[in-house]
Amino acid sequence: MTLVALRGVGKTFSNGTEALRGVDFAIGAGEFVSLLGPSGCGKSTALRLIAGLAEPSAGQVEWARRETLGFVFQEPTLMPWRTVLGNVRLPLQIAGIGKSEAAARAEAALAQVGLAGFEASYPRQLSGGMKMRVAIARALVTGPKLLLLDEPFAALDEITRLRLNEDLLGLWASSGLTVAFVTHSVYESVFLSTRILVMAPRPGRIVADIALPDAGPRDEAYRTSAPYNEACRTVSAALKAAMS
Amino acid sequence: MSRIARFLLPTLVGLLFLLGWEILVRANDIPPYLLPGPMAIARAMVEDWPNLWASLLVTLSVTFAALAAAVIGGGGLALIFAQSRWIEASLFPYAIILQVTPIIAIAPLILIYVRDGFLALLICAWIVAFFPVLSNTTLGLRAADHGLLDLMRLAGARRWQILWYLRLPAAMPYFLAGVRIAGGLSLIGAVVAEFTAGTATAGSGLAYRILESGYRLDIPRMYAALALLSAAGIAIYAALGLLSWLLLRQWHESELTQER
Repeated sequence: MTLVALRGVGKTFSNGTEALRGVDFAIGAGEFVSLLGPSGCGKSTALRLIAGLAEPSAGQVEWARRETLGFVFQEPTLMPWRTVLGNVRLPLQIAGIGKSEAAARAEAALAQVGLAGFEASYPRQLSGGMKMRVAIARALVTGPKLLLLDEPFAALDEITRLRLNEDLLGLWASSGLTVAFVTHSVYESVFLSTRILVMAPRPGRIVADIALPDAGPRDEAYRTSAPYNEACRTVSAALKAAMS
Repeated sequence: MSRIARFLLPTLVGLLFLLGWEILVRANDIPPYLLPGPMAIARAMVEDWPNLWASLLVTLSVTFAALAAAVIGGGGLALIFAQSRWIEASLFPYAIILQVTPIIAIAPLILIYVRDGFLALLICAWIVAFFPVLSNTTLGLRAADHGLLDLMRLAGARRWQILWYLRLPAAMPYFLAGVRIAGGLSLIGAVVAEFTAGTATAGSGLAYRILESGYRLDIPRMYAALALLSAAGIAIYAALGLLSWLLLRQWHESELTQER
């Protein structure tokens, strides 16, 4: 079942930069789709178009029906004057949901990302990885159908990134979420995705649509398995072809 | 540096300065109408305390009224500016004109047109004090993080919700910095206006006392009034600093101490 589809989407910014041209793809319910490409290939723009944060200059973004969505930015983008709980509660507050219900749901979202017990902390007291977890909890708190993540772990160290990769996979597997994930890391995209859209720059377009076969559980062992290495090779080759 | 040292060192410097001053005056037998020593000034302050205290209250009432008007007027205008770039573009130049025209040059006109003395002084002090609140708050309301603005939009936030949940808290440090400057400027504005008014107004603030003592060559009393003005300025600055600390200490870099 298709959740959202981009049909012949193009985007040209007012300064004349053509970020996207003729982009066609659909995201089905339950998929984990990665948009993979070098910087400047329009992958973040594609995500913003899906979220409705930008309007396409050509083509359409079609929804089967209007779904709630969660968005995680490159930076944690937390409000420094609010506690962790206050930050996670914000989308519910805006929606006019009562204080006690909002707090309960925010606590549940925090527990989901492994941050139970940090409700009263301020963002400045948290590490980069924990801040990112708060941002993910805030995106999850409204119970979205589709979770959009824009290079969320790019600024984190390797160890934290791997941990968060695994936890994100766990969330996806347990919740029935659909995920669209922007990254420039081949390994990250192969580890996480059921499907990878490889993009090329100037103008941004999709050059390969690679489905990854189900090769058992995605865990530490998967990172060194033959199917994983095979997929990395395929995706790297597609990326290389796109760049030349 | 420890807290005690930060308090103690300037106090020590001040005491040494006063001691040197007293010794200089006594050793050279300088008459009090040229340069009174700190003891003579203290005596003048005690002897004329009822008058000086009443004058201090007059000056402070103008100062606080002007500060309140600056906070409400400057902050309110900034909120209006934040609603529309058109309004801001139309009005901001006039705020700058008010700011750059020396108050000492406008005060006589205001004193002519406004019959009520207190109100005239208040207007003068407000003109001096409102601009830092206005410009800082305008900047702060615009300084909200773009990612957070996107987030508010995604959550379907209405205009007032973006203002209440995001723009106002984000502007708070800028606003408070503006208020801290405005506190000192209100006092300066009040004193300048009093000087210009001279005896024209019914109230007699500390500036009037300084003028009056000058005519009578009562130099120790001039110094006493001056010392009271400085003390008032320091107290206002400290109080506004405390307010800023109370409101920002949980989250803003300016009020956080780095642990080593």
